[in-house]
Formats: sequence, structure tokens, C-alpha cells
Amino acid sequence: MGRYVIRRLLQMIPVFIGSTFLIFLMVYALGDPVAAMFGDRAPDPATAAQIRHDLYLDQPLWKQYPHYMGQIFQGNFGTAFNGQPVTELMRTAFPVTLRLTIVAIVLETVVGVALGVFSGLRRGRSIDTTVLVLTLVVVSVPTFVSGYLLQFVFGVKWEWAAPTVAIEAPLGQLLLPGLVLALVSLAYVTRLTRTSIAENARADYVRTAVAKGLPRHRVITRHLLRNSLIPVVTFIGTDIGALMGGAIVTERIFNIHGVGYQLYQGILRQNSPTVVGFVTILVLVFLIANLLVDLLYAVLDPRIRYA
Amino acid sequence: MRPAVCAKWAGCAAAVALVATGCGGGTAGPGGSAVVSASWGDPQNPLEPANTNEVQGGKVLEMLLRGLKRYDPETGAAKNVLAEKIETTDAQHYTVTLKRGWSFSDGEKVTAKSFVDAWNYGALLDNKQKNAPFFQYIDGFDKVHPDNGKPTAKTLSGLKVKDDHTFDVTLNQKFSSWPDTLGYSAFMPLPQAFFRDHAGWLKRPVGNGPYLVDSYTKGSVLKMRKWKRYPGPDPAQNGGIDLRVYTDSETAYTDLQAGNLDLVDDIPASQLKNVRSDLGDRYLNQPAGIIQTLTFPMYDAHWGKPGMERVRRGLSMAIDREQITKEIFQHTRTPATDWTSPVLGEKGGFKEGLCGDACVFDPAKARQLIKDGGGLPGGRMTITYNADTGSHKDWVDAVCNSINKTLGNDKACVGNPVGTFADFRNQISARQLTGPFRAGWQMDYPLIQNFLQPLYYTNASSNDGKFSNPDFDKLVNQANAAPDTRQAVAKFQDAERILAREMPSIPLWYQNGSGGYSDRISNVRLNPFSVPVYNEITVG
Repeated sequence: MGRYVIRRLLQMIPVFIGSTFLIFLMVYALGDPVAAMFGDRAPDPATAAQIRHDLYLDQPLWKQYPHYMGQIFQGNFGTAFNGQPVTELMRTAFPVTLRLTIVAIVLETVVGVALGVFSGLRRGRSIDTTVLVLTLVVVSVPTFVSGYLLQFVFGVKWEWAAPTVAIEAPLGQLLLPGLVLALVSLAYVTRLTRTSIAENARADYVRTAVAKGLPRHRVITRHLLRNSLIPVVTFIGTDIGALMGGAIVTERIFNIHGVGYQLYQGILRQNSPTVVGFVTILVLVFLIANLLVDLLYAVLDPRIRYA
Repeated sequence: MRPAVCAKWAGCAAAVALVATGCGGGTAGPGGSAVVSASWGDPQNPLEPANTNEVQGGKVLEMLLRGLKRYDPETGAAKNVLAEKIETTDAQHYTVTLKRGWSFSDGEKVTAKSFVDAWNYGALLDNKQKNAPFFQYIDGFDKVHPDNGKPTAKTLSGLKVKDDHTFDVTLNQKFSSWPDTLGYSAFMPLPQAFFRDHAGWLKRPVGNGPYLVDSYTKGSVLKMRKWKRYPGPDPAQNGGIDLRVYTDSETAYTDLQAGNLDLVDDIPASQLKNVRSDLGDRYLNQPAGIIQTLTFPMYDAHWGKPGMERVRRGLSMAIDREQITKEIFQHTRTPATDWTSPVLGEKGGFKEGLCGDACVFDPAKARQLIKDGGGLPGGRMTITYNADTGSHKDWVDAVCNSINKTLGNDKACVGNPVGTFADFRNQISARQLTGPFRAGWQMDYPLIQNFLQPLYYTNASSNDGKFSNPDFDKLVNQANAAPDTRQAVAKFQDAERILAREMPSIPLWYQNGSGGYSDRISNVRLNPFSVPVYNEITVG
């Protein structure tokens, strides 16, 4: 187990370097950002040159990347163009997005698994068909449509919730955005659970458990669910990273000042320190979530062992 | 205000942040102590006067600082605020006398030194202030801000403090309307605290305007509160302004509809059709000092050669401005007939119809002119624009469509989108564009000079098309040396007539400022810079 974890951690290093380099390259490929800082006015050449020098932009790419990575390992993520250190932006943005992600994950797990079990056990009946059709609809509606729609209906028409989230982002106000963020994944979790439950319901060990005379809820929770959740756990694990990065649309619609907001602002202003810094952290989140998922397998399914 | 918003999910505890905006509306008395919430965009640069060159930061500085002059929110005329008088005999040597009794909100007196230090700071290359070129007319600018290399002086030699309330300014050329430029935010005074603890000042700026900064959470909210001991003639009529950052103008508009926000100053394009029915007379749509043009690359061998002025004029006549401003912009733009802006007023140099026939839609004449001039270079043209902001695609396609219809050729004109604004600017600076490109000019100060000299004078800072015409330059020089405004304006208009003849850029339309507000506040209007006049807003 320990050796496996170490091996996985070591594998992360090339992935980390490769992905940050690609992102750096892509932001760099967009061209010189200094020109945009002066609006429609032509930049004053002397001032522009001075800014470029300070941001290390007057160096070639092969020098910029090691310089940037060197700074990162000293805990310095650079400075955003409005003069704020990127670490300061991260300190304010990540807790907010983390809370939003947790709300979304809880929603999609609880509701998704419950719906999945429900329809999986009643395979082929009308309730199952309804769930299948509903999830299909949810999957095919893009987030920005469902976001604006729910915001208008709940926030403006019925006034059940505030249409936007306050700066402090309290949990209560994050319910609606969390739901919007979770919707598509929720549909996937439902479908995954349903298929998995429906398949395993006919497995030998379930028949044995029923034959032993165990109560139905115990058969479902201890035997059926535990074995059926493996694909679902994989999905949710990888989804954590996707939700954090994918919050960009949801955060914009509900004016949440989290990671998505900072990324959007950074991309719009071609602010490479912000974009690369935030994406680097997201890459780390992805990698660690994946590792945790793999370790969880062993807990859920004793047949899986890591040497 | 609809208090129902707070009763449900959010809960009034969670809505503490909305005090006096969402929930507390009823508690505010008529004494002008209630706070107004307004939409805001995260300013691109640190909030310092000589580094703020866009409207979001400008909003704050307008509340926070008062300078020698201020542009009247109604007429745009430059009026003395801190200046007692600004005197000159030769339009080159000025003596500025300050009014007494002004101070910063931290108690420090506003003196001649407050101005001179601030201007020296803004001009010095080492400080990388984006508005440094505004000090270029002051003697010694080339020493503190050389085009390349290190500065050889720390201070402008043209600035001299005489006593606490007087300072002398020497310009490096005659510039009769120079005092009228002093309302621009780059010329604001700064307290010594700015120089002592620069980082601290940026976190919580201190100024001498009608508001002071209560708290500033960067990227989220800036809370401005009324400064009760403000000595000026325009104190705040409300208790304060909360500027809340929105990344999406749609969201701000939704918040306004839900009663969560009092004031938005950017109506999203998609809502322009509904805004009148949604807000009624609480919808603002009034002229701002912004003009949109199509600039020709005069450095290009094809577009710049003699005789092409007929093609350029013909293209201008091929554009149906009336229809585009109506269909695409829902009357938030007005067809342009000169190169300035209606906010200048007749006296300030705006002259309707100065462009003449060349700005009137006339397909037959347009076709003839383009043919006489030798046709489009290579039989086709592109209009370059940046695709990331401002939904330029819609109108560029409409302009091309108008040109194509006129020429009877579907492929004559096509839009050429550039991914990012930065890349667009870089291509312009590098003179890579070989066809007309979109240009927008937002005035820095309401003077006709600001619409002409920076854009069309030979080698001027924003002369992107590299237009150069000795007669134009001569008239601008004469205008700047003219003894009074009336004569200066006349000379500037003569210069503008050269633009009408040569058409180095096609005036498209004047842009309006737009906004909307809740029924909780009143007395809302926009100034000529399309910024709400915050201090006049009343609540209740």
C-alpha cells in the first residue's frame, strides 16, 4: 500500500510539470498582454517596456517558464496585473469555490445515489423510465441555460432565493448555485448507480443474502450498494476537479467570487500568473482526488489489493 | 424594495451583507444616511490617479478625489474646484492659485505640494503609471520619462511650488486650453500618506472628495461612505455607495430586477429590447463622450496612396448608419456626422453635419466614388475587430453587409475577428493590418482637442492609422496657440474639415451611456463620461 502511494506520488511529478508547461505555453501563445492594459489608447512605449520588464515578459519563453516554476517552488505565484499577489487571490477564491463544490458533491451524491437505487430496483417500470427521461433532459441542457433559468424562476419570479450570492458566500445562498453546478453530474450519478444496481441485483451474492433471510434494507445497503458504488465513486472523485474548474460558468451567473471568477478575469486580461497559478492548483486537486479514489477502491472492494 | 427576498432561503441573517440594500430599506430615514448599492467591474489597475485609465477605476476616483477643476456633470464644462485661478499671459507659463480650506480626509491640508508631488510621481517612468503621457506638455517631461533608457531627473522642471497655495507650471509648447484638461483624474492631488505608505494607501485610499473609503475587499466590494466634513460645494446626498463587482452584466441586471441592487450602469445588449418595459423611466440612455470609427491603415501602400480618399469616402457613404443603430444597438448609438461627440456642445466644438455628404448613406454615389477611386484594393476588404469583448461581431457584419449590398458583391467585405483585445492592439501597433479596423475613442476631457490631436496629428500617441497631413498639423498648432476658446474651436473645426476630405477614419456613431436604477433611489444621471453622478443620488 505504502509503496503504491509513493509510486503514484512520483508519477504525479511529470504530469504536473507537463500540464503546467502546456498551460503556460497556451497563455503565452495568446501574445503580449501589455498592449491591452492601455485600453483603446496606444500604449506609451517607455511605460509598456518598463511593465514588461517587471513582469519578466521581455524574456524568451524558455527563460520565462523555469523562472516562473522557480518562483512557484518558493511559494510565490507572481502578481496579478491589478497589483495583488496571486496567493492572496487564491486565499479568497479557493474557500468559496470549495464550499460551492462541497454543496454540489453532497447534492449529487445524496440525490443521485438515492434516485439511482430507487430506479435500479424498479427496472423497466414507469418510475425507472421517468427517471431515465428526466436525466436525459438534464444532461442535454447546458449549464448556462439551466443556470439563468433557475436563477430567474427562483430568484426573480418566486423570490425563494437571492438571485446572486453575497461576498461572504454563506452556505444557504450556495444551495441554488450548487444545484445548478451539480445538475449534469447528478444525472450521470443517477444513471451510473441505476445501471450498476440493476446489474448486481441479479448477482449470486445478492441471491445468497436474500436466501439467508436478511432484511431487505440490509441486503441493499451492506451487499448490493457497497459493490455497486465502485463506478460511482470513480465518477465523483474525478468530478471534484471538474466541478472546481467547471464552476466558471455557474460562478459568473450567480456572481460568486471564487476560482471561476478569478480564472475568467485572468483569461480576459491574459493575466498569465493568475491563470497558470490557479490551473496549477486545480491540476493538483485533480491528481490527489484521483489517488484518493483509487485508494477507496480497496476499501469498497476487498478483492482489490495494492502491492 | 421587496423584503420577501430575505424571508425565504437566504434568511435575513445571511443577508446582513445587504444591509440597507436588500433588507434594511425601510429603516433608512430621509436624512441622506442610506447606502446605495451599485454595480462595478474590477478595476484593471491599482487605484491610483495616474494609473487609472478605464471607467471602473474612474468611478472611484470621481468619488474619492477633487482636483483643480471638475467637469460639470451636465454640460461637461471645466469648472474651478480647488483652483482659485489659473493665470497665463502667453498660453505657456501658468500660475495656479489654490482655494483655502481644503484638506484630505486624514486631516492633511491640500497644498501646492500635494499637486506637484502627485504630478511628479505620475510622470516619472520608474513608477510605471499608465497615464504618464498626460504630463507630456509640462517642461522637463522628456527627462523624467525618456522614450528609452533611464530617466535623468526625478521631478518635472516645469513645476515650481511658490508657496502653500501657489505653484507655477511651464509648458514645453503653447497650449491655451491646457487648464481645461486638469479635470482629468491623472491631475488629482495626493496626500503625503500616498508617498509614505504606498501599499497601505492602495489598500485603503485617502482622498479629498465627498466620499471616503470605508472598506475595500479587492475584486468583490468597495464601500464608500459620505465624508461628513467635506468642504466642497457638492457633498454626498446619500450615506454612501457600495460598489459591488459583477463579472456578468446580465447578473447585475437580474439583481436589479430582484431588488437586490440599486443601480447598474451597463445594460446587457440582450436586455435592450426589454429594458423599457422592465424599468420604464428608470432606464438611462444619454450621450457619452465616446465615438466609434473605422480607421484606415494609411501606412498601407494600397489604402494610403493618393486618390484613395475617394474610395474611403465612398465606403463611408455605403454604410447605413441609421438602420444599424436602430436594429443592432436599439438607439443606444447615434449616427455620427463629425469626429467629436455631442457632449461637447456647440460651443465646445461639436458640429453636426461637419462631415457633409460623406457621412450620409447614398449607395449610388458610394458606388460611383469607389469606382472612380479605382475600387477596393484587390477587389475586397476586411474589417478587423477583437472578438473577446463588446460584441463587435454584430455591427461589423452589419457594416460589411451594407457595403456588400451597395457594391452588389457578396464577398467584397468580410469581418476579420482577432481572438483577444491584446492581440488586436498588438497587430495595430505593429502595423500588421492591411485593411480598416474598428476604433473606439473615449474622451479624457470634454475638449475638441482630445478628439483630434491624439488621433490624427502626425505621430500622435493614438494615431493608429498613421495619418499625416501637414495642413492638419498646422491648424492644430494654431488652435492650441489661439488666445481664446472660440478661436481655438474654429481652428480645430477647420482641421476636422481636412478629415472630412481625406477620410482617414470613418465616423460611425456616437455611443450613449446606459444604466438603470431601482425605485428606491432617485435623482440618478450619468455624466458625459457615462459615469453615474453618485454624490447627487438620493434614497427614498
